Amino acid sequence: MRWQALVSLGVLKGMGVTLKTFLETYPWGRGLLRTLRIPPTNGLVTVQYPDVKQQHAERFRYFPFLVYDKTPDDLRCVACKICEQECPPQCIHIVGPAKDAQGRPLKAHGRTFPVAFDIDMSICMSCRICVDVCPFDAIEMDNQYELSSSGRWEPMVYDKAKLLKSAEYFQQIKPAEASEVDARLAAKAKKAAPPPT
Amino acid sequence: MNVSLDQLFVQLASALLGALPEWARPWASILVRIGVIAALAPLIMMYLTWIERKLIARMQNRFGPTRVGRYGLLQPLADGLKMLIKEDIVPQGADRLLHLAAPILAVVPAVLLFAVLPFGRNLIAADLNVGLLYVFAVSSVSSYAIFMGGWASRSKFSIIGAMRSVAQIISYEVPGVLSVVAVIMVTGTLSMAGIVEAQGARWFVFTPWGFVGFFLFFLSGVAEVNRTPFDMPEAESELVAGFHTEYSGMKFALWYMAEFLESFAVCALAVTFFLGGWQGPPVPFWALAALLAVLIGTARLLAIPLRLLGVAAMAGAGMLWGAEPVPSWIWFLAKTYALVFVLVWFRGTLPRLRIDQLMGLAWKFFLPLGLINILAAGLWVLWPFPAGTAASAILLLASGWCLVRANNPEPLQSRTYVFAE
Repeated sequence: MRWQALVSLGVLKGMGVTLKTFLETYPWGRGLLRTLRIPPTNGLVTVQYPDVKQQHAERFRYFPFLVYDKTPDDLRCVACKICEQECPPQCIHIVGPAKDAQGRPLKAHGRTFPVAFDIDMSICMSCRICVDVCPFDAIEMDNQYELSSSGRWEPMVYDKAKLLKSAEYFQQIKPAEASEVDARLAAKAKKAAPPPT
Repeated sequence: MNVSLDQLFVQLASALLGALPEWARPWASILVRIGVIAALAPLIMMYLTWIERKLIARMQNRFGPTRVGRYGLLQPLADGLKMLIKEDIVPQGADRLLHLAAPILAVVPAVLLFAVLPFGRNLIAADLNVGLLYVFAVSSVSSYAIFMGGWASRSKFSIIGAMRSVAQIISYEVPGVLSVVAVIMVTGTLSMAGIVEAQGARWFVFTPWGFVGFFLFFLSGVAEVNRTPFDMPEAESELVAGFHTEYSGMKFALWYMAEFLESFAVCALAVTFFLGGWQGPPVPFWALAALLAVLIGTARLLAIPLRLLGVAAMAGAGMLWGAEPVPSWIWFLAKTYALVFVLVWFRGTLPRLRIDQLMGLAWKFFLPLGLINILAAGLWVLWPFPAGTAASAILLLASGWCLVRANNPEPLQSRTYVFAE
């Protein structure tokens, strides 16, 4: 019957809900609710950043970085430019592979390498497509997000030096994914290396 | 030294005045009262905004302001500074004089109302014997200010908001006054102090007509000050900001101040008329001092020396005045702030009424109920307990039921939705 809308039962029930929410944000309020046998639910859900930072799952990603194995010039990237082509907002700019005066590709640690590798972080949308298409596991997603800069344009373009981070760093931030990548690379290396005679 | 906590301020004032020559005393008395109200009113308004923000936040599972000072207590000062330094924009073609005058005219009645509030025993600034008439006369001026403000802004949102607000205010004045007529009938006086003193035996809210009267007066008061659920004239989702859309900086701060001061005044008036004013049960003061000492001592965010200072102050107060009952002004403020909590609770819970629902509630429900409430009060006075109480209770319940049935909204059409194959 519709007259119940005006008799304020709904209003009183609603006010009961907000009162319960109010009380369960205080410890004494939770005690009071427990004595009345009303199970308290959420309480305060605010994470007081920056004093307290929220812990993220391992899969949390923000911007990409380039992986190197032991030294920064031993980077896995061979400048194949697949990520540059596949990036949807086209924020990756690669100059390379490095060539000598005659136009023959230069090699470091047995691989070609890019001369310049820029990612414009003000455009990057963290879609992870560059990571998914890289055949060499050379680019991975980082989880740092406190990256404010003092300029709108130039400081937001990360060059190769700023993007290079070690494989140990990758293992530290994403152990499960890094272990899987390392296993895959080790299996590939075993298959490529000639069997010991 | 015989300083009673209940009459502390009265005795301080008379000591101050006693130090002055005879001819200066009346003028100094006036200046003291005006000065206290002028100092208290902005302070009350500032910390009312703090209370509202913290309470609404807690009802929404979050903290309120916490950064600006411990517990966010300096937030109102930051807000005031922000309002002061904002650019004052007046729309092109707006009436500049009215645009400036309207917020000022809105604050004036809000502050004038404080002159007749009985804050405690012997603690009224102006003990008029027509205090109640003064209250309703002065609070009606705010509708002028709102319409001036909306009209002078030369903006469609402002005009619609102003018209809705004026319609709402004048509609809700009628049931508000009618609910208080019952109080006047029973007490026979229009004086605020007289009404409070008449509730020494029993607060009026515990009588059938007083209960309904309190409900009518409080809700009419909520509608008068444009608070949720009656805040359609200033609703952000409907009208940008209604009549105060085109105001910025200090002028907006004055509108805001007028609204908060009037909501405090509405709560204080409801306490005076129905909840016994500064009367309270004879609880000894040491109980309150002990409670405050426990609260201060367990406040986790305060530094330990500060907490010890607070506990020591409460202990000192308890020792000085422990045997006396809790002072009258503390009862008044406690009851008023309890009603303020209810106002904030409404705001945190209820969606707003549409303008037609709002007006329908005033004219079709509150007004008839107010008239019947007067009859019920008459029956209560005519026959002694229990016949009078029973008669008025039955009359009010029956008429309330009939009004609710008469006001039921149209039943919603029931529709069956079928997915296309």
